[in-house]
Amino acid sequence: MSAVVGSRRETSNNTTSRGTRRNPLGRGGLYVLLVVVGLVAVIPIYWLLSASVTPSGEIFQFQWFPLHWVWDNYPAAWASAPFGRFYVNSIVVTLAGALIQICVAVLSSYAFAYLRFPAKNLVFLIFLGAMMVPGAVVLLPNYLTIANLGWVNTYAGLVIPGVGSVFAMFLLRQHMMTLPGEVSEAAKVDGAGHLRILWSIILPMSRPMVVTVVVIALVEKWNDFIWPLVATSTDSMRTLPVGLLMLKNVEGFTNWGAVMAATVFVVLPPLVVFFFAQRQIIAGLTQGATKG
Amino acid sequence: MRRREYLLFLAFVAPNVVLLGVFAYWPVVYNGYLSLTSWDLLSPTKPFVGLANYADMFTDPDFYSVLVRTVLFSGVVVVVSMVAGLAIALLLNQALGGRNFVRTMSFAPHILSGAAIGTIWLFIFDPSYGLLKALLTPLGVASPAWMTDSAWALPGLIIVYLWKNLGFVAVVYLAGLQGLPTDLYEAARIDGAGAWTLFRRLTLPLLSPVTFFIAITSVIGTFQAFDIIAIMTGGGPGDATTTLSWYVYQQAFQALDAGHAGAGAIVMFVILLAITGAQARFMERRVHYR
Repeated sequence: MSAVVGSRRETSNNTTSRGTRRNPLGRGGLYVLLVVVGLVAVIPIYWLLSASVTPSGEIFQFQWFPLHWVWDNYPAAWASAPFGRFYVNSIVVTLAGALIQICVAVLSSYAFAYLRFPAKNLVFLIFLGAMMVPGAVVLLPNYLTIANLGWVNTYAGLVIPGVGSVFAMFLLRQHMMTLPGEVSEAAKVDGAGHLRILWSIILPMSRPMVVTVVVIALVEKWNDFIWPLVATSTDSMRTLPVGLLMLKNVEGFTNWGAVMAATVFVVLPPLVVFFFAQRQIIAGLTQGATKG
Repeated sequence: MRRREYLLFLAFVAPNVVLLGVFAYWPVVYNGYLSLTSWDLLSPTKPFVGLANYADMFTDPDFYSVLVRTVLFSGVVVVVSMVAGLAIALLLNQALGGRNFVRTMSFAPHILSGAAIGTIWLFIFDPSYGLLKALLTPLGVASPAWMTDSAWALPGLIIVYLWKNLGFVAVVYLAGLQGLPTDLYEAARIDGAGAWTLFRRLTLPLLSPVTFFIAITSVIGTFQAFDIIAIMTGGGPGDATTTLSWYVYQQAFQALDAGHAGAGAIVMFVILLAITGAQARFMERRVHYR
């Protein structure tokens, strides 16, 4: 802090009183940039949606808008692989994974925030260390573990290895530490146990953060690719993202209209969730930076 | 009383300890062991070979290419997305109508499945009827055969990862910018500091914790790049897009070579620890906290 102020003083001596115009480009230029940034982000998504309703004959010619809208690509995509089954699997894996993860995270974050334990901070640091373990490191050992448990091609094998939580626990603990202690102290004096305090006081007070963590978990589990790819070998246990890879391997992506329709199956749920919960998602994912 | 609380702590933490122990810490140890064996995932015994797998890798020019490629890919994506992301954040921090809408839009790519992103961009890159060909042709530029040309596959992947990462970096920087203390800026302006001076002497140092966070998460994220590579190139053509994490996957599940997969994974872990450690030391010296 003092170093920063120091450098400011030093600067002010060197600089003559230049104007403090906020943007060198002018408002018009800034708006142009803003539009460009928005377009670069959106055009590939627009292109996906637009191609998915373009008749296959027209995909070969370039148009910004499909000349004719057709919905044929969707039933064609749906029939090209067991997408109904993929959907069920994705939904089960996503919901079960997020639910178990939040329970595990809430319990341990409460323990780290409110319970006494020797060298608790060291234990917490060791937990955080798990965030450093790269996915490629856990891949083969975890496959061997679920193979030994007989969990290959099962929901347990898809879900359980991913539900231990560091990030979710970290966010929840940081949030719980900011809650006023008086309420839970009062409850303790009234004879409430820790489970009771957690369930009826801390959880309701942490609701925004719990929702954030759940939403992030849902999106993450839905999008996961590498683990479902490794942990399953039969069509009937594949999830949607892995289904896209199969589609590629079978068809080599020749019928782009149908492939784009299949891709819409995969991206639609997270996109819908995102547009309803974007505040929560953005706040949660940027939390580590500003409140870490 | 105190002992009861300790027990309760253990009970609350136990599910996470078991899960992380089995599926995060144990794999590191087990990889270390596998890296000292020569095992094909099938035979009942795992012959011990000492450091032979590491010796193999570090005398194999192909493995050096994998390392160089990984660092190049990760470096370009991280540096470009941080510089451009900060620029976008500064833009989104201006009082402009519609900036919240653009913020939401630019973050959207970050929440899409990598498998879906890879599929979308395969279509955009398609050399005969992709969007990019349509945009390049009027400029008199012939579209490269992006994903099947070994000179263009890695640059293509870099473009895709930049598209996915930029909005995220920008939004994290924006959150940092909005937390900056306005009083310091007022004071500096009264002292006559110009926009560039404010940026260099106030904004950049004050943002350094955010920069640290983004650098760490982006390096880890790009080192782990897998899903988009799996859909778009499968590590090819040849090995033009084989990065370290694809190498580990390919050794384990295609070559059925647990020893080299384990050794590759350990090398990756060590590199990431070293980078994080170096960044943390840098942060101790240079990062300004308020």
